[in-house]
Amino acid sequence: MIGTFSYAKFLKFLYSVPEAERGWEKSGVNGKLTAPLDWLYGLVRLPGRRIVTPVVNQMREAMATLARLQARSKAVGQQYYFRNSVVDVFRKKENDAAVKIQNWFRGCRVRAYIRHLHRAAIIVQKWWRSYLSRQHYQLVVKLAYYTMKMNLYNEMAVRIQRRWRGYKIRKYCFDYFYLKEYLRAVTETNDAIRDALEEFAEMKEREEKKAALEREEKKRDYQARKMHYLLSTKQIPGIYNSPFRKDPDPWELRLQKAKPLTHQRPRVKQKHSISLTSWLACTSNRSFPRSEILPPINRKQCQGPFRDIAEVLEQRYKPLEPTLREAEPINELKEAREDLRRQEWIRNVNDNMFLPFSSYHKNEKYVPSMHSSSKYGPNSYGCQRFRDENPKKWICPKDFQTVLPSFDLFSKYGKLYSKAGQIV
Amino acid sequence: MHLLPEDQSPWIPNRQAGVMSLLRPLLLDVVPTIQQTAALALGRLANYNDDLAEAVVKGDILPQLVYSLAEQNRFYKKAAAFVLRAVGKHSPQLAQAIVDCGALDTLVICLEDFDPGVKEAAAWALGYIARHNAELSQAVVDAGAVPLLVLCIQEPEVALKRIAASALSDISKHSPELAQTVVDAGAIAHLAQMILNPDAKLKRQILSALSQIAKHSVDLAEMVVEAEIFPVVLTCLKDKDEYVKKNASTLIREIAKHTPELSQLIVNAGGVAAVIDCIGSCKGNIRLPGIMMLGYVAAHSENLAMAVIISKGVPQLSLCLSEEPEDHIKAAAAWALGQIGRHTPEHARAVAVTNTLPVLLSLYMSTESSEDLQVKSKKAIKSILQKCTYLPALEPFLYDAPPNILKHVVGQFSKVLPHDSKARRLFVTSGGLKKVQEIKAEPGSLLQEYINSINNCYPEEIVRYYSPGYSETLLQRVDSYQPLAN
Repeated sequence: MIGTFSYAKFLKFLYSVPEAERGWEKSGVNGKLTAPLDWLYGLVRLPGRRIVTPVVNQMREAMATLARLQARSKAVGQQYYFRNSVVDVFRKKENDAAVKIQNWFRGCRVRAYIRHLHRAAIIVQKWWRSYLSRQHYQLVVKLAYYTMKMNLYNEMAVRIQRRWRGYKIRKYCFDYFYLKEYLRAVTETNDAIRDALEEFAEMKEREEKKAALEREEKKRDYQARKMHYLLSTKQIPGIYNSPFRKDPDPWELRLQKAKPLTHQRPRVKQKHSISLTSWLACTSNRSFPRSEILPPINRKQCQGPFRDIAEVLEQRYKPLEPTLREAEPINELKEAREDLRRQEWIRNVNDNMFLPFSSYHKNEKYVPSMHSSSKYGPNSYGCQRFRDENPKKWICPKDFQTVLPSFDLFSKYGKLYSKAGQIV
Repeated sequence: MHLLPEDQSPWIPNRQAGVMSLLRPLLLDVVPTIQQTAALALGRLANYNDDLAEAVVKGDILPQLVYSLAEQNRFYKKAAAFVLRAVGKHSPQLAQAIVDCGALDTLVICLEDFDPGVKEAAAWALGYIARHNAELSQAVVDAGAVPLLVLCIQEPEVALKRIAASALSDISKHSPELAQTVVDAGAIAHLAQMILNPDAKLKRQILSALSQIAKHSVDLAEMVVEAEIFPVVLTCLKDKDEYVKKNASTLIREIAKHTPELSQLIVNAGGVAAVIDCIGSCKGNIRLPGIMMLGYVAAHSENLAMAVIISKGVPQLSLCLSEEPEDHIKAAAAWALGQIGRHTPEHARAVAVTNTLPVLLSLYMSTESSEDLQVKSKKAIKSILQKCTYLPALEPFLYDAPPNILKHVVGQFSKVLPHDSKARRLFVTSGGLKKVQEIKAEPGSLLQEYINSINNCYPEEIVRYYSPGYSETLLQRVDSYQPLAN
C-alpha cells in the first residue's frame, strides 16, 4: 500500500543513526534519491556498503549532521513518509510482480520436475504393465489352447457317444426289427396253437361221436336180440318183412343176424375176497374150462370102458364141500378175534388204544361197584364165597375143554365117487 | 336205509331234540348195522339244514362218533365221516366245534385206511372243514393231512382223486404259507400230471387247486409253471365243460398277473390266442377270468399289449363289451381295453379302429351303469384318448362328450393338426372346425389354449367363417354399409 507509513521504522531510523553505519539493505530499491538527505543520500548511494571512516571525525560530522537533521526532522519525517509511501505504492506492485514472476518460474520449475517425474513414472509403469500383460497373455493363450483342445475332444466324444447310443438303443433296448420278428413269431405260434386246439377239439368230437354210435349200436343189438321172436319165418312174414314192401326193413336184417337172447340169471357181482369154497373149484383162467350149460345131448360116447362124461365132469368140477369141522369150527369166534387182532396189528400205526379226550382231562378216581367193595377195599365177593380157586391143587395147568372137537366119520357119506357099499 | 327222507322240511327245534335223543343211543347199539344206519341218518339230517347240524353238535354226539371212528369197520367209518362233513360244511363255528372235539386226528387216520370209500369220505370232510377260513385250514394242516391227501391223489379211483384235489384246493386258497405247505408235500407234480385225465370234474378240481396255489406269490406261480403245464393247459381251454374252461383261464390269469416274465412265457406258448378263442366260445361269467387275463398281460408292457393286439384280442373284447348284459363283466372288458390302449399311439389306434370308444362313452354316460363300470370306462377312455392320434375315431367325441373328456379330445386334435395338412382339410370338411368353434371355454383354461392352437393352424378367414354368429355379423355389416354415392 502506497502511503503506508511505518512510524516505528521512522523512529528507529531517527534514533539509530549511529547504527546507520551498519548499513541499510532494504532501502532504495529503485535508486531514486532525495536531495535534502545528503547524508542519507550518501548512505543510500552506497547501498549495502559499510561506511568505514575514522571514528572521531565521523563523530563530529555526525554530531553536526545530527543537529541539522534534528532541525529538519519533522520535514524529514514527512518527506520520509511520502517517499516511502510512494515507494510503497510501487513496492507493492513491484513486490507483486516479483512474486508473480517468481511464482511462475517456480511453477515452471516444478512443472518441469513433475513432467520429468511423469515421464519416469510412465516408463516404469509401461514396462511393468507390459510385463504383467505378457504374463496374462500367456495365460490367456494357454487357456484358449486348452479350451480348443477340450472342445475338439468333446466333439469327437459326442460323435462316438452318439453312434454308440444309437447302436445300443437299437440293438439292446428297443430293437425294432427284433420286435417285429417277435410279433411275427407270436402270430405264428398263435396260429399253430389255434390249429392244434382245433384238431384236438375235432378229435374229441369224433371220439365222442364214435362212442355215442357204438353205444347206439350196442343198444340196437341188444334190442334185436330181445326181439328175436319177431323174425319172419317161411310161413309167417314178420312185422318188419311185410309182403307189400319192396325190401325188408333193416330191422329184419338185424334180427336175422342177431343171436337169440336167453334168460340169464342176474349176474352176481364178483367179490374181491376169495373164499375157500371157490378156490378149489378151479374157476380161474388158468385152470380147466368150466361151462355152465351141460354138454350137447347127442355127443358120441368115447370108445372104451369110460364112464358117462356127465358124471365125470360133475365129479371133476364138484365144488369143495368142507366138513362141518372146517366150515363152522367150534372156535370160530376165537379165530375171528385172532384174525382181527392180526389185521389191526398190520394196519395200525399206533398200538395204543385211543383214549377219548372227554375223559382225558378228568382226573376221576375209579369208583368200584358197591357189590364188590367195602370200606376196606375190594370185597372178595366172587372169589371166596362161590368158587375158590387154588392153583396148587390143580392136576394140570391147562383148562378143561368144554366143547369136544368133532370127528368126521360120517362126513363123506354119499359124496364119494364109487358106489360101493351103497344101499340099492 | 332211508329212515328220514330229506324232503321233510318243517323240522321244529323241539322235534329235532327228540330226534337227536332218539338217535344217540342207537349209535351205541350192539348191532353194527344199526350203528351205521343211525350214523347215516344223523349225517343226512345234518346235511340238510344248519340248525340240525347245530343240534347234532349240541347233542354231544360228536365225541362219541370220533371215539368210535377209530375202532369200527369201514361202513361205520364212512357214515361217521359223512356226519362230520355234513356238520362242518355249514359255518366256521360248526367246523370249529368239530376240530375242538378232536376229529381231525381221527379223520387223518381214516385217510390211511385201505378202503377208498373211507378215504374219500375223510378227505371230503377235511376239505369242507378247511374251506371256511385260514385258522381251520391251519388246523387241518397241523393234523398232518396234506401228505396223505397227496397220496390220495395218486390213487386210481377217480372220485377219490376229485375229492382229494378239491380238499387241497380248499386248503391252499387261504394264505401263501398254506399253499407253500401243500407245495412242499410235492402236490404240484401230481396235480400237473392229472391235467390230461379225461374226467371233466376231476379237471375242474385240479385246475382250481393249481390256480389257488399259483395266486399267492411269484415263487409259487413259477413253481406251477415249472411243472410244465404249458401248453397242456391250453387243451383244457377247449374242453366241453364250461367250468373246466373257466378254471383253466383262472389258472392262466393267476400266473399272468404276477410279473412280465410270466406273461411273456404265456404269450410265447401261444396262450393268448387260446384264451381269446375261449372267450369267443363262451358266455357270461365263464368269460370273466379270460378277459381279466388279457388285461393283466397287456398291463405289464407295451410289447405284450402289442402281442395281445396282433392275436386279435381287441375285436373280441369289444364284442364282450357290447353284448354282455352284466355290469361287472363289462367293467372288466373296459378295464382290459384301457390297459391295451394306453401305451402308445399305435395301441390306441388299434383300439380306436374297432369303434369301441363310442361304446365306452355311452357306458360312462349311461345312468344305468353301476359306479364301478362308470369309473372303469372313464379311466379307459381317458387313458386311450391321451395317446390316440387316429382322428376319425376322435371326431364323434367332439359332438357328444362331456366337458372333462372333451378337453382331452380337443387336446389331441391340437397336437395332431399342426403337423398334418390332409388331416386339417378333413377336419374342416367333416365339420369338426365348426364344432370346435362352438365350444365354450373359459379364457385361460387348458381347453381355451387347445382351441387357440387349433385355430392357429388355419387361416383367419376360415376361423371367422365357422365361428358362431358369423352370419349375423355379416348381415350387420350389410346393414351398416353405406354404398358409395355415385
